[in-house]
Amino acid sequence: MNASSLAPVTENTPGGKSGRSRRPRKGNSVLAQGEPSIWGTGGALVVAITMIVGLLVLVLIQGAVTFWPMDLVRIRTVDGKVYLGEVTREETYRPEAEVFTSLPPRERDRAREAVQQAAGVARRRLLRTGNYDLTGFHHQWVSDFQIAEESKPEWGLVVERLTWGNFYGTPTAFLLDGKEVASDPDDIWAQFVNHHDAVAERFSRSVDLNRHGIGALSRKQNAALLARKQAEISYGKSSSEYAVADKQFAEVESACKEEDARIKSEINTLNKENDRFQLRLVTADGQEKILPLADIVRAYPANRLSFGDEVGIYFSRWAEFLTQRPRQANTEGGVLPAIWGTVAMTLLMSLVVVPFGVLAALYLREYAKSGPIISVVRIAINNLAGVPSIVFGVFGMGFFCYLVGKFIDGGPQHIQVAPMPPAWWWLAMLAVVLVGAAAFLVGLIGARDRAKESRFGRYLGRFAVALWLLSLAPVVYVVVHTPYFSGFYEANLPSPTFGTGGVLWASLTLALLTVPVVIVATEESLAAVPNSMREGSYACGASKWQTIRRIVLPRALPGIMTGMILAMARGAGEVAPIMLVGAVKLAPELPVDGVFPYLHPSRSFMHLGFHIYDLGFQSLNSEAARPMVYTTTLLLIGIVALLNVMAVWLRSRLRRRYLVSQF
Amino acid sequence: MTVSHPASAALESRPTPLLPMPQQPANPRLLDHPGSEESRLEKIARGQSAPAHVHAEIAQTDPVLRITSFSLWYGKKQALFDVSLCIPRGKVTALIGPSGCGKSTLLRSVNRLNDLIDTVRVRGEMQLNDDPIYRPSVDVIELRKRMGMVFQKPNPFPMSIYENVVYPLRIDGERDRRALHEVCERSLRGAALWDEVKDRLHESGLALSGGQQQRLCIARAIAGDPEVLLLDEPCSALDPIATSKIEDLLQELKGNYSVLIVTHNMQQAARTSDFTAFMYLGHVIEYGPTGTMFTNPHLRETNDYITGRFG
Ligand SMILES: Nc1ncnc2c1ncn2[C@@H]1O[C@H](COP(=O)(O)OP(=O)(O)OP(=O)(O)O)[C@@H](O)[C@H]1O
Ligand SMILES: [Mg+2]
Repeated sequence: MNASSLAPVTENTPGGKSGRSRRPRKGNSVLAQGEPSIWGTGGALVVAITMIVGLLVLVLIQGAVTFWPMDLVRIRTVDGKVYLGEVTREETYRPEAEVFTSLPPRERDRAREAVQQAAGVARRRLLRTGNYDLTGFHHQWVSDFQIAEESKPEWGLVVERLTWGNFYGTPTAFLLDGKEVASDPDDIWAQFVNHHDAVAERFSRSVDLNRHGIGALSRKQNAALLARKQAEISYGKSSSEYAVADKQFAEVESACKEEDARIKSEINTLNKENDRFQLRLVTADGQEKILPLADIVRAYPANRLSFGDEVGIYFSRWAEFLTQRPRQANTEGGVLPAIWGTVAMTLLMSLVVVPFGVLAALYLREYAKSGPIISVVRIAINNLAGVPSIVFGVFGMGFFCYLVGKFIDGGPQHIQVAPMPPAWWWLAMLAVVLVGAAAFLVGLIGARDRAKESRFGRYLGRFAVALWLLSLAPVVYVVVHTPYFSGFYEANLPSPTFGTGGVLWASLTLALLTVPVVIVATEESLAAVPNSMREGSYACGASKWQTIRRIVLPRALPGIMTGMILAMARGAGEVAPIMLVGAVKLAPELPVDGVFPYLHPSRSFMHLGFHIYDLGFQSLNSEAARPMVYTTTLLLIGIVALLNVMAVWLRSRLRRRYLVSQF
Repeated sequence: MTVSHPASAALESRPTPLLPMPQQPANPRLLDHPGSEESRLEKIARGQSAPAHVHAEIAQTDPVLRITSFSLWYGKKQALFDVSLCIPRGKVTALIGPSGCGKSTLLRSVNRLNDLIDTVRVRGEMQLNDDPIYRPSVDVIELRKRMGMVFQKPNPFPMSIYENVVYPLRIDGERDRRALHEVCERSLRGAALWDEVKDRLHESGLALSGGQQQRLCIARAIAGDPEVLLLDEPCSALDPIATSKIEDLLQELKGNYSVLIVTHNMQQAARTSDFTAFMYLGHVIEYGPTGTMFTNPHLRETNDYITGRFG
């Protein structure tokens, strides 16, 4: 196959017979050997793949096991404490000498000896003991040498609560209206299973009523209040408009009050019904605790579960994770708002970045004549991809939120710009319009083929561009200094609407961040369109734009899709910039929902990447958050992969349509 | 540079003498004096100019395309030198000459495709039916619509066979499906492709074989009903059967269309064309009726080239 096997053949045929002497060939150059290069290139690939696969496998395993229900262990330590909890982690460590001194004297020597026998290494396990409301801690390390007795209590119950985190204990009674109706664990469990679904159903109904019913009322009230305030700003407090708005507000308020009372009483009935059911448990160290059923999200006797039960709990936890809102400072519950926010932001970003990037690339590749300026532009674009993403965040915050956003909110005054006097403003406006019209006309004349032939015509084109640029700055100036605009959300001030982070600003910031990716990918795919196709189109009498639209773009579409995929993957995973322009720890409302106008570009949003950061580094209970970090990472990777797969599928469909023959 | 050894280039492209030449060259006047005067080709190769030898018959024709002392530069390099040709109306005119002599360049100048190359500069004038081609006032797009062009390499568009053929009509905004379909069928039949593709008109044009692609391009070129058809070695990727179909097509088109065809195949030029121009290094050497050019050329250089005895 390779040179080494060919070498002897060369030597054996000196070519004397044919009378034509052949130049003897040296077959022993190292570079002529195939193996080293295979080893080199293959090795590099293996190293790269190992790292990537390692990371993925770690995330996959850690993320996948999080929701699996563990057994409950009950441990009595030598110093008489009792713990009941799930083993979340296990490790070996070298105990310091002081560790032993805290043990009772009788056990001290035994423990020290045991550790010494194991070469000074001891095993310890992290128990998730929960019961934070009673004990003040969530987790407890237990070393093997501390253990006096270990068992798996049959009726150890894991209770996931709405507040205070998990509870671990054994049930002692089921209370109905405060009266004990069951005291045997089997009966208690039967009662719990019997009633819990109905209670949970009632609870979610009351939450829904609260969120949607009361939410809609307060929105209505807010709108009326804003209308009144707007009337006050526009016409003054003594005007008739204000009176009308005031009357309207009073009507709305009283109507809302009635409705509010009705909904509240409905919620009350639901809650009262729920309050009848309670569960009494006793902790491992003998404290009693009564839990209302409504507070319990999920409970299960961990050591009595069959494999089927475990699978059921596993998937019900995943379902909760994917479809519910977070609770317990994000460490429990679901991440639906974060999924929603990530997807909405990424799609909004693609919507902005793809057209812009493609148009820019089209100009660079199809229209611009290559020259120093274009080279500089190209280098600048490529370098834009190397700017730290936090810089984009800072820019987005300063420009979009605090300049554009505030202008939208409150007009010129709100960004500390004094509006021009109307007369001057109209004059400036006129000048700008004139310059713009001149630029348009000159451009129109210069763009005609006839004009392009002459040097004068070419200068005309440049002159038009210069005029355009010249009118651009005054346009911005005139718009910013308008005396006739005082913001769309003036009534809402000083609380900002667009003047703070939001999903729109985050999308725009990320669009800025990813536009080089799209431009570079599009340019490459445009360059790959053979020139002969363009010439064929021109020869048919097509104009430049027709050629681009009908020949170049369809042919380049798969490449453009690749650019979009890359941009989406980059944008969806980016955390640093969006921290500054709208991602929040907990968003009360989704950026896209069923309330008109469905898309709320000014709302701040939750984001999976930011959620990971928040869980991992900002969480008070970081041990509890740790598994969620992995699960959320897994989810984010999954979503990015899903978006990619969709785009790749689309691309391959397009490719098939423009199948290239091999002849 | 391909033209540094014109003789060898010409030898490579010499047609294999499978068929006998239509008639053996028999102009004793030329053969009698070998090397008696300095060859025109040597003069041209040294950078001097030599006037083209144009037969008297050309002057009697009615030209559809008139090229008047046309020169073209790619940057600093001159590719065409003072080319003057009159392409007769309703006839097939063949351009022959060794590789790199500027045949394609001349063809691309006729529909101003060379405008697309930034470095190209031109001097001289061309006229299509007395309308100037190289005037600033000319609408290049309208001009190109009056011509059809087939390129040396097949260049179908990334769309269906059907859309490929009706492309010239599409860009004119034609929407009538019946008219489109009619043009599609007529053009494909004309290009001898209809029977092969009639069942898969809506498959990608890029999925055809090389020869089929070239016939698709021919169909596209005649779909726009052009005044002049510019063919740049249209048969170089075709098998003998398709080639003869294309040659038949040329015979049919003759009369209605004026055809300017570049070919390296001497038999093809002799069979299909009415007039032949021989080019060398950007110069027209001899231009006359095909019969005379192949049987009784006035210049020895032409004779050498068409018989494959170059230089
Ligand atoms: N885009 C270009 N830029 C610079 N030089 C070019 C370009 N296209 C062609 N040339 C040069 O112009 C000369 C004529 O080329 P042309 O393609 O017209 O030759 P041709 O007669 O068509 O050859 P062939 O028979 O091989 O197709 C050649 O020397 C070639 O190198
Ligand atoms: Mg050519």
